[in-house]
Amino acid sequence: MRRNVIIKTVSRFLVPFIQVYALYVIVHGALGAGGGFQGGVVFAASFILMIIAFGLTCVRERFGYRWIVMLSALGITIYATIGLLCLIPGGNYLEYGSIEAALGIPHLHGYLIDAVEIGIGMTVMAIMTSIIYDMGDTGGESP
Amino acid sequence: MKLKALLAVAFIGIILFWAAGDLPAFGDPEAPATRYTGKLYVDLALSDIGVENIVAAILASYRGFDTLGEVVVIFTAGISVALLLRRGGRL
Repeated sequence: MRRNVIIKTVSRFLVPFIQVYALYVIVHGALGAGGGFQGGVVFAASFILMIIAFGLTCVRERFGYRWIVMLSALGITIYATIGLLCLIPGGNYLEYGSIEAALGIPHLHGYLIDAVEIGIGMTVMAIMTSIIYDMGDTGGESP
Repeated sequence: MKLKALLAVAFIGIILFWAAGDLPAFGDPEAPATRYTGKLYVDLALSDIGVENIVAAILASYRGFDTLGEVVVIFTAGISVALLLRRGGRL
Protein backbone atom coordinates (compact mmCIF):
# COMPACT_ATOMS: atom_id res chain seq x y z
CA MET A 1 0.00 0.00 0.00
CA ARG A 2 1.79 3.09 -1.21
CA ARG A 3 -0.84 5.57 0.01
CA ASN A 4 0.62 7.46 2.90
CA VAL A 5 -1.52 8.72 5.76
CA ILE A 6 0.38 12.02 5.83
CA ILE A 7 -0.24 12.63 2.13
CA LYS A 8 -3.91 11.75 2.55
CA THR A 9 -4.43 14.06 5.54
CA VAL A 10 -2.55 17.01 4.08
CA SER A 11 -4.30 16.80 0.73
CA ARG A 12 -7.69 16.41 2.42
CA PHE A 13 -6.86 19.66 4.21
CA LEU A 14 -5.50 21.47 1.14
CA VAL A 15 -8.02 20.58 -1.57
CA PRO A 16 -10.84 22.88 -0.35
CA PHE A 17 -8.46 25.84 -0.16
CA ILE A 18 -7.16 25.19 -3.67
CA GLN A 19 -10.72 25.01 -4.98
CA VAL A 20 -11.77 28.21 -3.24
CA TYR A 21 -8.70 29.94 -4.64
CA ALA A 22 -9.60 28.65 -8.12
CA LEU A 23 -13.12 30.06 -7.81
CA TYR A 24 -11.62 33.36 -6.65
CA VAL A 25 -9.35 33.50 -9.69
CA ILE A 26 -12.25 32.76 -12.03
CA VAL A 27 -14.66 35.30 -10.54
CA HIS A 28 -11.94 37.94 -10.17
CA GLY A 29 -11.19 37.80 -13.89
CA ALA A 30 -12.84 41.10 -14.81
CA LEU A 31 -11.33 43.13 -11.97
CA GLY A 32 -7.76 41.97 -11.46
CA ALA A 33 -5.32 39.34 -12.50
CA GLY A 34 -7.05 36.10 -13.31
CA GLY A 35 -9.53 34.60 -15.68
CA GLY A 36 -11.32 31.48 -16.73
CA PHE A 37 -8.36 29.65 -18.20
CA GLN A 38 -6.09 30.08 -15.17
CA GLY A 39 -8.82 29.37 -12.63
CA GLY A 40 -9.96 26.28 -14.48
CA VAL A 41 -6.44 24.89 -14.50
CA VAL A 42 -6.03 25.60 -10.76
CA PHE A 43 -9.33 23.80 -10.11
CA ALA A 44 -8.12 20.82 -12.16
CA ALA A 45 -4.88 20.87 -10.13
CA SER A 46 -6.93 20.14 -7.00
CA PHE A 47 -8.29 17.01 -8.71
CA ILE A 48 -4.73 16.02 -9.65
CA LEU A 49 -3.73 16.31 -5.99
CA MET A 50 -6.71 14.14 -5.03
CA ILE A 51 -5.68 11.56 -7.65
CA ILE A 52 -2.13 11.49 -6.25
CA ALA A 53 -3.39 11.05 -2.70
CA PHE A 54 -6.43 8.78 -3.06
CA GLY A 55 -6.02 7.06 -6.42
CA LEU A 56 -7.71 7.42 -9.77
CA THR A 57 -10.71 5.17 -9.20
CA CYS A 58 -11.69 6.86 -5.93
CA VAL A 59 -11.71 10.32 -7.54
CA ARG A 60 -13.49 9.05 -10.65
CA GLU A 61 -16.33 7.67 -8.55
CA ARG A 62 -16.96 11.15 -7.14
CA PHE A 63 -16.42 13.19 -10.32
CA GLY A 64 -17.27 10.85 -13.16
CA TYR A 65 -17.29 11.08 -16.92
CA ARG A 66 -20.95 12.09 -16.86
CA TRP A 67 -20.07 15.27 -14.96
CA ILE A 68 -17.13 15.95 -17.26
CA VAL A 69 -19.24 15.71 -20.42
CA MET A 70 -21.98 17.86 -18.89
CA LEU A 71 -19.68 20.58 -17.51
CA SER A 72 -17.44 20.86 -20.56
CA ALA A 73 -20.39 21.22 -22.91
CA LEU A 74 -22.22 23.53 -20.51
CA GLY A 75 -19.27 25.96 -20.35
CA ILE A 76 -19.14 26.46 -24.09
CA THR A 77 -22.93 26.69 -24.18
CA ILE A 78 -22.93 29.50 -21.60
CA TYR A 79 -20.37 31.43 -23.65
CA ALA A 80 -22.14 30.95 -26.99
CA THR A 81 -25.57 31.65 -25.49
CA ILE A 82 -24.45 34.97 -24.05
CA GLY A 83 -23.08 35.77 -27.48
CA LEU A 84 -26.43 34.94 -29.05
CA LEU A 85 -28.33 36.99 -26.45
CA CYS A 86 -26.45 40.04 -27.71
CA LEU A 87 -28.22 39.65 -31.06
CA ILE A 88 -31.67 40.25 -29.54
CA PRO A 89 -31.27 44.03 -28.84
CA GLY A 90 -29.72 44.40 -32.29
CA GLY A 91 -26.01 44.18 -31.54
CA ASN A 92 -23.32 42.04 -33.09
CA TYR A 93 -22.44 38.55 -31.90
CA LEU A 94 -20.68 38.85 -28.48
CA GLU A 95 -21.24 42.62 -28.37
CA TYR A 96 -22.19 42.81 -24.68
CA GLY A 97 -22.64 46.56 -24.80
CA SER A 98 -25.90 46.14 -26.71
CA ILE A 99 -27.51 44.26 -23.79
CA GLU A 100 -26.26 46.89 -21.34
CA ALA A 101 -27.67 49.68 -23.48
CA ALA A 102 -30.99 47.92 -23.98
CA LEU A 103 -31.61 47.02 -20.33
CA GLY A 104 -30.06 50.16 -18.86
CA ILE A 105 -28.37 48.32 -15.98
CA PRO A 106 -24.97 49.89 -15.13
CA HIS A 107 -21.86 47.64 -15.15
CA LEU A 108 -23.79 44.83 -16.83
CA HIS A 109 -20.95 44.55 -19.32
CA GLY A 110 -18.56 43.54 -16.53
CA TYR A 111 -21.03 41.01 -15.14
CA LEU A 112 -21.43 39.44 -18.57
CA ILE A 113 -17.64 39.17 -18.83
CA ASP A 114 -17.72 37.41 -15.43
CA ALA A 115 -20.38 34.99 -16.67
CA VAL A 116 -18.31 34.26 -19.75
CA GLU A 117 -15.25 33.63 -17.57
CA ILE A 118 -17.27 31.16 -15.48
CA GLY A 119 -18.17 29.29 -18.66
CA ILE A 120 -14.52 29.22 -19.74
CA GLY A 121 -13.51 27.98 -16.29
CA MET A 122 -16.05 25.12 -16.37
CA THR A 123 -14.86 23.88 -19.75
CA VAL A 124 -11.16 24.14 -18.95
CA MET A 125 -11.60 22.41 -15.56
CA ALA A 126 -13.59 19.52 -17.03
CA ILE A 127 -11.31 19.01 -20.01
CA MET A 128 -8.09 19.11 -17.95
CA THR A 129 -9.55 16.57 -15.51
CA SER A 130 -10.67 14.37 -18.40
CA ILE A 131 -7.16 14.40 -19.89
CA ILE A 132 -5.67 13.47 -16.51
CA TYR A 133 -8.15 10.59 -16.17
CA ASP A 134 -7.37 9.27 -19.63
CA MET A 135 -3.59 9.57 -19.34
CA GLY A 136 -3.42 8.18 -15.82
CA ASP A 137 -5.71 5.21 -16.47
CA THR A 138 -3.62 2.02 -16.43
CA GLY A 139 -6.57 -0.25 -17.07
CA GLY A 140 -6.75 -1.81 -13.64
CA GLU A 141 -3.11 -2.86 -13.10
CA SER A 142 -1.55 -0.98 -10.22
CA PRO A 143 1.19 1.43 -11.40
CA MET B 1 25.86 20.27 -48.64
CA LYS B 2 26.66 21.27 -45.09
CA LEU B 3 28.71 24.19 -46.36
CA LYS B 4 25.74 25.42 -48.39
CA ALA B 5 23.47 25.21 -45.34
CA LEU B 6 26.01 27.07 -43.24
CA LEU B 7 26.28 29.78 -45.88
CA ALA B 8 22.50 30.12 -46.05
CA VAL B 9 22.23 30.40 -42.26
CA ALA B 10 25.02 32.99 -42.13
CA PHE B 11 23.44 34.98 -44.98
CA ILE B 12 20.00 35.09 -43.34
CA GLY B 13 21.59 35.87 -39.98
CA ILE B 14 23.51 38.82 -41.39
CA ILE B 15 20.32 40.16 -43.00
CA LEU B 16 18.42 39.82 -39.73
CA PHE B 17 21.13 41.55 -37.70
CA TRP B 18 21.31 44.28 -40.32
CA ALA B 19 17.54 44.81 -40.05
CA ALA B 20 17.59 44.73 -36.25
CA GLY B 21 19.03 48.24 -36.19
CA ASP B 22 15.77 49.62 -37.57
CA LEU B 23 13.61 48.07 -34.84
CA PRO B 24 12.07 50.50 -32.34
CA ALA B 25 13.65 50.64 -28.91
CA PHE B 26 12.27 48.38 -26.20
CA GLY B 27 9.22 50.02 -24.60
CA ASP B 28 9.24 52.93 -27.03
CA PRO B 29 5.87 54.72 -26.76
CA GLU B 30 6.23 56.04 -30.31
CA ALA B 31 6.64 52.56 -31.82
CA PRO B 32 4.05 51.69 -34.49
CA ALA B 33 2.86 48.68 -32.52
CA THR B 34 1.86 50.73 -29.50
CA ARG B 35 0.89 54.02 -31.14
CA TYR B 36 -2.41 53.06 -32.79
CA THR B 37 -4.44 50.15 -31.38
CA GLY B 38 -2.57 49.90 -28.09
CA LYS B 39 -3.19 53.56 -27.28
CA LEU B 40 -6.79 53.15 -28.40
CA TYR B 41 -7.36 50.31 -25.96
CA VAL B 42 -5.74 52.17 -23.07
CA ASP B 43 -7.83 55.26 -23.76
CA LEU B 44 -11.20 53.67 -24.46
CA ALA B 45 -11.36 50.43 -22.42
CA LEU B 46 -12.77 52.00 -19.25
CA SER B 47 -15.40 54.12 -20.98
CA ASP B 48 -16.38 51.40 -23.47
CA ILE B 49 -16.60 48.47 -21.12
CA GLY B 50 -16.50 49.76 -17.57
CA VAL B 51 -13.93 47.21 -16.44
CA GLU B 52 -10.69 48.33 -14.82
CA ASN B 53 -8.70 45.38 -16.13
CA ILE B 54 -7.69 46.19 -19.69
CA VAL B 55 -6.41 42.67 -20.26
CA ALA B 56 -9.80 41.18 -19.40
CA ALA B 57 -11.54 43.84 -21.49
CA ILE B 58 -9.48 42.94 -24.57
CA LEU B 59 -9.61 39.19 -23.94
CA ALA B 60 -13.31 38.82 -23.24
CA SER B 61 -14.90 41.74 -25.02
CA TYR B 62 -12.85 43.23 -27.86
CA ARG B 63 -11.48 39.81 -28.85
CA GLY B 64 -14.41 37.78 -27.55
CA PHE B 65 -14.83 35.71 -30.68
CA ASP B 66 -11.16 34.75 -30.58
CA THR B 67 -11.53 33.56 -26.98
CA LEU B 68 -14.60 31.52 -27.92
CA GLY B 69 -12.43 29.84 -30.54
CA GLU B 70 -9.76 29.11 -27.91
CA VAL B 71 -12.32 27.42 -25.65
CA VAL B 72 -13.53 25.32 -28.58
CA VAL B 73 -9.90 24.35 -29.29
CA ILE B 74 -9.48 23.13 -25.70
CA PHE B 75 -12.78 21.24 -25.91
CA THR B 76 -11.69 19.59 -29.14
CA ALA B 77 -8.33 18.63 -27.64
CA GLY B 78 -10.05 16.97 -24.68
CA ILE B 79 -12.45 15.07 -26.94
CA SER B 80 -9.52 13.91 -29.10
CA VAL B 81 -7.55 12.66 -26.09
CA ALA B 82 -10.64 10.83 -24.85
CA LEU B 83 -11.22 9.20 -28.23
CA LEU B 84 -7.58 8.11 -28.56
CA LEU B 85 -6.71 7.01 -25.03
CA ARG B 86 -9.89 6.09 -23.16
CA ARG B 87 -10.15 2.38 -22.38
CA GLY B 88 -13.47 0.68 -22.97
CA GLY B 89 -16.77 2.20 -22.07
CA ARG B 90 -18.54 4.96 -23.88
CA LEU B 91 -17.58 8.58 -24.27
